Amino acid sequence: MYDGAVQSLIDELGRLPGIGPKSAQRIAFHILEASESDMIALADAITDVKTKIRLCEICFNVSEHKVCAICRDEHRDTGLMCVVEESQDVIAIERTRTYNGRYHVLGGAINPIGGIGPDQLRVRELLTRLQDESISEVILATNPNLEGEATATYLTRMLSPVGITLSRLASGLPVGGDLEYADEVTLGRAFEGRRKLGETL
Amino acid sequence: MYLSHLSLTNYRSYEQAEIELKPGPNILIGANGVGKTNVAEAMNYLAVQHSHRVSNDHPLVRIGQTQALARGRVHRGEQAVSIEYEINPGKSNRVAINRGAPQAARQAYGIFKAVLFAPEDIELISGQPDIRRRFMDDLIVQMRPALGDARRDYDRVLRQRNALLKSGRKPGSWTDEHESTLAVWNEHLARAAARLINGRLHALRLLAAPTSEVYAELSNGNKPAGFAYQSTVPMATGQHAEVPDEAVLYTAIVEALEEAYQSERDRGVTLVGPHRDDLVVTLGPAPAKGFASHGETWSLALALRLASYRVLAKDDPNPDARPVLILDDVFAELDAARRARLAEMTRDAEQLIITAAVSADIPPELTGTHIPIRMREGISSSGEHLESLDSLKLTEANYFEDAEGSSDE
Ligand SMILES: [Zn+2]
Repeated sequence: MYDGAVQSLIDELGRLPGIGPKSAQRIAFHILEASESDMIALADAITDVKTKIRLCEICFNVSEHKVCAICRDEHRDTGLMCVVEESQDVIAIERTRTYNGRYHVLGGAINPIGGIGPDQLRVRELLTRLQDESISEVILATNPNLEGEATATYLTRMLSPVGITLSRLASGLPVGGDLEYADEVTLGRAFEGRRKLGETL
Repeated sequence: MYLSHLSLTNYRSYEQAEIELKPGPNILIGANGVGKTNVAEAMNYLAVQHSHRVSNDHPLVRIGQTQALARGRVHRGEQAVSIEYEINPGKSNRVAINRGAPQAARQAYGIFKAVLFAPEDIELISGQPDIRRRFMDDLIVQMRPALGDARRDYDRVLRQRNALLKSGRKPGSWTDEHESTLAVWNEHLARAAARLINGRLHALRLLAAPTSEVYAELSNGNKPAGFAYQSTVPMATGQHAEVPDEAVLYTAIVEALEEAYQSERDRGVTLVGPHRDDLVVTLGPAPAKGFASHGETWSLALALRLASYRVLAKDDPNPDARPVLILDDVFAELDAARRARLAEMTRDAEQLIITAAVSADIPPELTGTHIPIRMREGISSSGEHLESLDSLKLTEANYFEDAEGSSDE
C-alpha cells in the first residue's frame, strides 16, 4: 500500500478496462514522474469529456451538443437508419465513407450471461424513432459475433411486422469479431453488399 | 500420416522433452508411472484437443506452471506441417501452425488425425453419456473440421440460453422480455444443433458396418454389435440409412424446444439438443451397458475405436491421410490370441504408437522403434532409441529402478 493519493490513483486506474494491478501501478508511477503540464492536460481532457460530452438525444451517439453532428447534418439521408451496438461502431462506419444515413446506438447487445436483455438496450427508443421519423430502411449493423447476431435476430422479429425494409451487413466481416476492428474496405463492402432481410429468407 | 517429432513443454510430468518418432510401430517402454501415457495422451491431444483421461485441461499443465505446450511435426506424404498448441487451462487454447501467429485452437482440427485406444475406453460402453458424445464429436471434427466451429457456436448459444432460463426461474420473474428473447435463442440453438446432429448422424451411418465387422473379428461371437443414436429430438433417434438434412432437423429441433418449454422453464436449463443426446451400443437385442460381460465390453470399446480408424481412413482414401493409431497400455489386458488379432488389424496404419510396461506384452509381430521412458525426481524423459528388442531387454531392469516414487500416470 502507498500513501493516500498514490494508492487511490492506482485503485482508480485499476478499475479501467484491460488494466490489471501491475499496469495500474506502472501508470501511476509514470504519472508521478511525468511533467505537471502534461498530466494536467490529461486531467482536463478527462474532465472535458465528462462535463461537455453527452449522448445525442436522438441517436445516443456521443456528442458535444444535445443533438450530434450527424443528426444535425441536413445533407444526410433521413430515410436510412443504421443500428449499431456502440458509438465506436459509428466511427468505424463513418470512416468507410459509404454510408450517408443516420444511426441508432443501442448501447450493447443481448447477452443473458452479462444480464443484458432488450430492456437494458435502447430498443424502446428505437421503436419510438421508427414511429416518429419517416424511415424507409433499417440496417442492422450489430457485431458479427453470437450476441450481435442474436440482437439482429431479435430486432428482425420485432421490426418485421412494422413494414420497414430491414437489411443486415453482408458476410465477409471476420466472424466472431467487432465492427470497430474491421478494416475500412471490408466494412465498406459489407455495407454496399447488405442483404435485405425477408427477400431471400 | 505420421508424427516425426513430438515436443512437450511443462506437459504433465515433462518439463521439456523432444521425442523423435518413425513411421511404423513406435513402442514406448517404461514402468508404470514414468510418463508413457502422458506421451500417448499428448499425441492424441494434437488431433482431438482434449485428454482421454480427464475432462478438463488443468491436469495437463505441470504443477506450478500456467501453460503447457505440445508440438508435433506432422507428415502427410511429402508435406510436413508443424502444429503447436498452447494449453491454457481456464482460458482459450491456441495453436500456431507452421510457427505462424497463434490462432483459435479449433483452426487446427483435421491437420493431424489420430485414434487412441486405452483402458479408460471401457467407459465408452459402461460410462456416462458425455463420454460417448465426446467419442462421436472427436470423429466428426476430424472428418469435417468446420464442425469444430459448429460445436463452439453451439456451446456458446447453450450458455446464453441457459443463463436466460436461469434468470427467469424464480416464480414471477419470467417477463415478456424473457419470452421474446427465448425465441431468438431457440433459432440460434436450433441452427447450431442441426449442424451438429446432422454431422453425428452422418458419422454414425459410416461407423455402423465397420463396428459390427470389427467386433465379429475380435470376438468370434454370435451376438452382433450395433448402436443407435438416442436423441432429445425424436426424429434424430435411431439408425439412419438416410440422414435427415439440416433444414429438416432445424424444424424438428424448434418443435422439440416448444414441446419442452414448460419443463425447461421449471428446471431453468436447456433440455433439448446434442448436449443431452447419447449413443446406445447394443449387443444382440440388449443394450451393452449393464448387460455385456467384461470381455464383451472391452471388445466393443475396441471395436468402436478401430471402426473410427477405418471410417477416417475411408473418408480420405489417400493412404498418406490415414490417422495415427495409438494403443495405450492395452496389450496387457488381452490374451495372446487377441493380441495377435489386434496386431493384425492395426497393420495398415502408417504409424502405430504403443505404450507398454514390459516388452513381453508386445506381440512379436510388432517390431519397430523402441523408446524407453524414464523418470527422475518426478520429471519424465525419453531415452535413446533402441532398434533391437534384445538391447532393450538388457537395459529394461535399469529403467525400472528409476520409476520409484513417481505418479501422474
Ligand atoms: Zn445523433
